[in-house]
Amino acid sequence: MRRSLLLLLLFVAWLAGPPASHAQSSEALKALADLAVDDTDRREAAVGVLGATRDTKWLEFLAALRDGNVYARGKGTTLEIVVGGAKTTKGEQDVIEIVTAYDRKLIGTVPVASVTEIAADRRLRIAIKPFLDADETRVQLASPDAEARRGAALKLGHQADAGAAAVVEAAIAKETVPNVRHALEEALALIRLAHGEPAVRVLAAQALGGLHSFDGMPALQRLAAETSASRAEREAATVAIRQIERWSLLVRTLETAFQGASLASILLLMALGLAIVFGLMGVINMAHGELMALGAYSTFVVQNIFRARWPEWFNAYFVVALPVAFIVAALVGVVLERGVIRRLYGRPLETLLLTWGASLIIQQGLRLWFGAANVDVSSPSWLSGGFALMTGLTLPFNRLFIIGLAAMSVAAMYWLLFGTGAGLRIRAVTQNRGMSSCLGVRAGWVDATTFALGAGLAGLAGAALTQIGNVGPSLGQNYIVDSFMVVVTGGVGKLAGTILAAAGIGGLNKGIEPALGAVFAKVAILLLVILFLQRRPAGLFATRGRSAEA
Amino acid sequence: MPRREAAAVAAAALLLVVVLPICNALPASSALHVSDFRLNLFGKFLAYAILALGLDLLWGYAGVLSLGHGVFFGLGAYAMGMHLMLEIGAKSVYQSALPDFMVWNQVKELPLFWRPFYSDVFTLVAIVVVPGLVALAFGFLAFRSRIRGVYFSIITQALALSAWLVFNRNEMRLGGTNGLADFKTIFGFPLNQPSTQRGLYAVTALALLVAYLVCRWITGSRAGKVLVAIRDSETRVLFSGYSPARYKLFVFVVSAVLAGVAGALYAPQVGIITPAKIGVLPSIEMVVWVAAGGRGTLVGAVAGAFGVNWMQSWLTTSYPDVWLLFLGGLFMGVVLFFPDGLVGAVARAFGGMGRLTRGASFTATPTESARSRGPSSTGHPRPEPVARPPLQ
Repeated sequence: MRRSLLLLLLFVAWLAGPPASHAQSSEALKALADLAVDDTDRREAAVGVLGATRDTKWLEFLAALRDGNVYARGKGTTLEIVVGGAKTTKGEQDVIEIVTAYDRKLIGTVPVASVTEIAADRRLRIAIKPFLDADETRVQLASPDAEARRGAALKLGHQADAGAAAVVEAAIAKETVPNVRHALEEALALIRLAHGEPAVRVLAAQALGGLHSFDGMPALQRLAAETSASRAEREAATVAIRQIERWSLLVRTLETAFQGASLASILLLMALGLAIVFGLMGVINMAHGELMALGAYSTFVVQNIFRARWPEWFNAYFVVALPVAFIVAALVGVVLERGVIRRLYGRPLETLLLTWGASLIIQQGLRLWFGAANVDVSSPSWLSGGFALMTGLTLPFNRLFIIGLAAMSVAAMYWLLFGTGAGLRIRAVTQNRGMSSCLGVRAGWVDATTFALGAGLAGLAGAALTQIGNVGPSLGQNYIVDSFMVVVTGGVGKLAGTILAAAGIGGLNKGIEPALGAVFAKVAILLLVILFLQRRPAGLFATRGRSAEA
Repeated sequence: MPRREAAAVAAAALLLVVVLPICNALPASSALHVSDFRLNLFGKFLAYAILALGLDLLWGYAGVLSLGHGVFFGLGAYAMGMHLMLEIGAKSVYQSALPDFMVWNQVKELPLFWRPFYSDVFTLVAIVVVPGLVALAFGFLAFRSRIRGVYFSIITQALALSAWLVFNRNEMRLGGTNGLADFKTIFGFPLNQPSTQRGLYAVTALALLVAYLVCRWITGSRAGKVLVAIRDSETRVLFSGYSPARYKLFVFVVSAVLAGVAGALYAPQVGIITPAKIGVLPSIEMVVWVAAGGRGTLVGAVAGAFGVNWMQSWLTTSYPDVWLLFLGGLFMGVVLFFPDGLVGAVARAFGGMGRLTRGASFTATPTESARSRGPSSTGHPRPEPVARPPLQ
């Protein structure tokens, strides 16, 4: 074990940097000379020789050759191969800077006419490519960035090149990050499955099964169906396939559940504000979607301010943007309520049309002000990436954040409604407006604050949506009908109705989606809602008693 | 029908059905000449007006606000469009008996549900029956379980969204986003001939006249009075021994059929029908025609469909940015300041409100009585149409 490790390390050392003396071996110099010959086969062989040195400097030279920056300088029969640099004009002449092929020492500036370009034709470029690619992967494997290392490992697994096995083994020995290590092990197993002896392939298949490798599936399926393979190999492959399939079922189930929870929390964030206003005033606020768009654009503006003024605090912009979005939307909400909606209490259908008109104006206003195209809102670094729960399943931070935000909003709403004096007044006006007014509750004030609260929640939802979707003037339209459905299904009796309806619609939607596709899943949801309303025409938690039938 | 109204309707009908086509047929040099373009535009507005009549019957009289009438309009238009596509035959770009979009989508054989549309009679029946049946099924479910008020509006809006999503799909074999277009003939008459367009216009105008008379007959009948009663207080109607659900279902189906007919007349005149005519925004725009013209008056619906669309065709060409602002402002302004719409405002100015609207007043809303609701056991009161003053 120890000895093999030592051997490995030695091998790595050889890979990492061949001794300098090899670099300009006579072989390499001869190959260099061959490049200038007018014989494609010899030139290709020369590229092979230079590439096989795995010397960074020769690889750089090959890259220059591919890019057409290598020239030959004629001195009688002996040709000198040089690498060209910047071209300038000096007086009447075009001149070019040239450096030596290997260590790039400056030779001088010569007229362009005195050198001839060594053109790299298609065949030559194809010959160069694998060397550069392999080198790139090798560099990436040593990168300090774990994601880059993982990417390189995945690439090596896909290529399944026999020569890479040793490199991958070496990398596994050094790797400490679990998911990179996992990818490397997967790559190694894939390489062995492609090139090993039958016994090795059995082991590799078992390893792939144990690693739950989705990437290994095609190779395993091929092996399982291969008639020339031994029985043991085919069996191992079949077992591994079954293992992976079971795992993928588990992953898919969890993924669907998570997506359902994510959609449900988005719907909940949007529907919460709608439901409160609907419950209190019987007003369906058709401009809710546009208030969300306002929240999203506020986030965009805050982001731009941070980028311009305090770039070092850029990651904190989102924390500032959330309250700003809330306040902007709430202010617009108050203006709407006090300005126009107030005049139409008791006429829900008219209010619906009124708020739809307001939504068109806000939408067109945003379009005129910010332009019709989507604007770019970048995520703060702490919201990009994800939490790797298990192989094949990563939960994105932005989605987790929205789930958390929705949970917090619900909690805050419960506290506000049931734990504060303002909440008591809101509930009182909701239940009996006339009696509350008689007892000294300022119903108009309650209406305004509740509407502001609902609008603010819309703004918050809009700010959250910037992290997962496009921000454009019609942002609200994409989700708004769904959140209406949530409110209608939930009924206006209790907040719990909205929560349950959001969870039900979000979960069901994502549950049906794999079977029916996104569009027909939505249609199915509509049908289900209509059927559900057959049993409960006023939603989950309907108002009972005399006030239910005006 | 009172004599004065009958005379007014006859005059309007004469103007729209007879005079305008004749003006169109006059030589271009004549002072009274109406250009082909203008006539075609009018034909489109008239088709819209048919739809507006149906919507007004439903909303203005029965108090049921549908935000999904684009769907019924679309069903009628697509039924007609499918027939027109099949009439093209092998004269299409790809010289195939299949519609062009099917050739692009590599459909080898005509889908089964397309086949009956070869028949002229079937198409004409489908234009009426398909929207009617969809409305019947949807309305039956909705009204039976007493989904009403805002709930009903939201559900119909979801219907519009769903239909829009579905019609956009290529696998529905209805042309996807591009819809149906490039029609060549209608029942054998070439569509690019001015005479065909003139004929289509006359048919549309006649259809509008018939639709108006049907609606007028419904609103003047006993059933019409029940509809208005349902709008004003559904519960009282229920307690008086009527079944509001049946009346509402009836009027919903009638209005869907009118929308379908409107769509079928729209498609050949405009030459294209796409899912963009079905979605949420077009459906709610239709409501604003009625609101702006004056709901609860059949004349208002027609005037609104004409006026708003005329404004639209003018604004979208001259000031495209302003159109949505204007539309939004129109929604808000009408609701806030002119609840009876254009007709109401005009009638009030001349003091003739009662005769035109026949008890369909929206201005007087006793907000205080509406706000004092009874005690509630569990919580939030349900939004309900406010008790309005009894019928005069």
